[in-house]
Amino acid sequence: MKNKIAKYLIQLGDNCLILGQRLGELCGHGPALEIDIALTNISLDLLGQTRAYFQYAAEMSDDFDNEDQIAFLRKSSDYRNCHLTELPNTDFAHTIIRQFLFDQYHQLLLTDLMNSNDEKLKAIATKSIKEVNYHLRFSKDWVIRLGDGTETSKVKMQEALNTVWRYTEELLRPSELDIEMEGLGIGTNPDQLKEEYFEKVKSVLQFATLEIPENKFFGKGGKEGVHTEHFGYILSDLQYMQRTYPNQQW
Amino acid sequence: MDAFEKVFEAKLEAEEKIEPKDWMPEKYRKTLIRQISQHAHSEIVGMLPEGNWITRAPSLRRKVALLAKVQDEAGHGLYLYSAAETLGVERATLLDQLHEGKAKYSSIFNYPTVSWADIGAIGWLVDGAAIMNQVMLTRASYGPYARAMVRICKEESFHQRQGYEIMMTLSNGSEEQKAMAQDALDRWWWPSLMMFGPSDKESTHSAQSMAWKIKRKSNDDLRQQFVDVSVPQAEYLGLKIPDDKLKWNEERGHYDFGEIDWDEFWNVIKGNGPCNEERLAARVKAHEEGEWVRDAALAYAEKHSNKQKVEA
Repeated sequence: MKNKIAKYLIQLGDNCLILGQRLGELCGHGPALEIDIALTNISLDLLGQTRAYFQYAAEMSDDFDNEDQIAFLRKSSDYRNCHLTELPNTDFAHTIIRQFLFDQYHQLLLTDLMNSNDEKLKAIATKSIKEVNYHLRFSKDWVIRLGDGTETSKVKMQEALNTVWRYTEELLRPSELDIEMEGLGIGTNPDQLKEEYFEKVKSVLQFATLEIPENKFFGKGGKEGVHTEHFGYILSDLQYMQRTYPNQQW
Repeated sequence: MDAFEKVFEAKLEAEEKIEPKDWMPEKYRKTLIRQISQHAHSEIVGMLPEGNWITRAPSLRRKVALLAKVQDEAGHGLYLYSAAETLGVERATLLDQLHEGKAKYSSIFNYPTVSWADIGAIGWLVDGAAIMNQVMLTRASYGPYARAMVRICKEESFHQRQGYEIMMTLSNGSEEQKAMAQDALDRWWWPSLMMFGPSDKESTHSAQSMAWKIKRKSNDDLRQQFVDVSVPQAEYLGLKIPDDKLKWNEERGHYDFGEIDWDEFWNVIKGNGPCNEERLAARVKAHEEGEWVRDAALAYAEKHSNKQKVEA
């Protein structure tokens, strides 16, 4: 059972790790200094949360001894993050839409995990929700500002939304592990968050004067370890040092 | 000397701070704008070489520390642009000067970061050299600048310890790691000494800046001070400083050291360093690609100046 809980923690942490890594690419390249600082903050929070999940997972796991083994030394198919977190920083519109669509999910998830009967997971969720409330406020405000800004910004935001939208459903699709952990009172079945998620997201998008895209094909596979083409490149950066210089202290 | 100038001089004499609304000589104002904006530009251009390793940092702990550090640099950029704005110039104008290649920034950031050890060496040496300069600037005569420097110095000294700790870990690590640390020291040592600027006899702005108490120590004095503290630090790491002329001089009570390659120094300043083009191009790209975002934010603010509250 402990090993199963570890796997669940890793699944939770992987979304934070990969999105944190993606945002880290932007540090120093933001559209304004203030935004640069804010995005880096979000990246820092997500990586901090990753560490909390992975440190706890390392205690519970049969397979890993420490957080860095989990973060850096798995094969692509062992990462369990959703595809949304892997999407590239095509431009600020894509970055902020991706962030908003994740933050809304993340907030609902953590709100539920605050009721976990696993005391440590509950503590992680309780600490993280404070950060994520801020992330959501930031990304939501920017989605509204840019959707309802200029003609150019509206077009860019609509294009980004159309691209990223199909990755939302995966966030809310339960893995077997989600269902099992929900049954034990430890975790959350994200299917239960679905209705509220789409309701909240759509209300913000309407406020931003953006059109909700049609549900076409929904991306999936991340939670089963099947990733997008972007993912290998993320790992080659992420794992570069640990793979090139194995078994060393940094 | 008119009455205003007398008041200004008296304040300098009495070690009182000059504040934004005080009268000041036009040249004093211009010198400060030049120096503070160069400093601000250095902070934001300086984010690039270190930011280069964020995605590849070797552990989660190091990744988070590096991100936080680079974010601090952005924060320093913000305070400094704000300090410059108190002198009646806008951040946008200063950024245009940077992007058009009219404004300078610290040449050190035109060198490439090619290994993880460079992140350690930059923290140790580059932040270390910056602190020598900046501690002096906490006593600068212009109030907003001096106060910004107090906070910046606290963060920089944290960065320096962090960088030195990376070097220590590498020096105590495997042979490969030690070699990586030595290689980084070899490449960053001389550019770090160049950070103090031209020698006193070549420095065009120094004398006036010292008279105005913007600057309190000469370039060569600061450089000597830096060498004196860095040598024992390198010894403690078991690394060799790449200077055959480096030797303790009992009589002077200082280390003697070799001559900087001034040809390289002036070349990098003139734009011919290894990364000058890349650094400027990266800043220009971020700025241009961000234009629609900044425009939209303004347009939105104008549309909703009555501040509607969003419920979601």
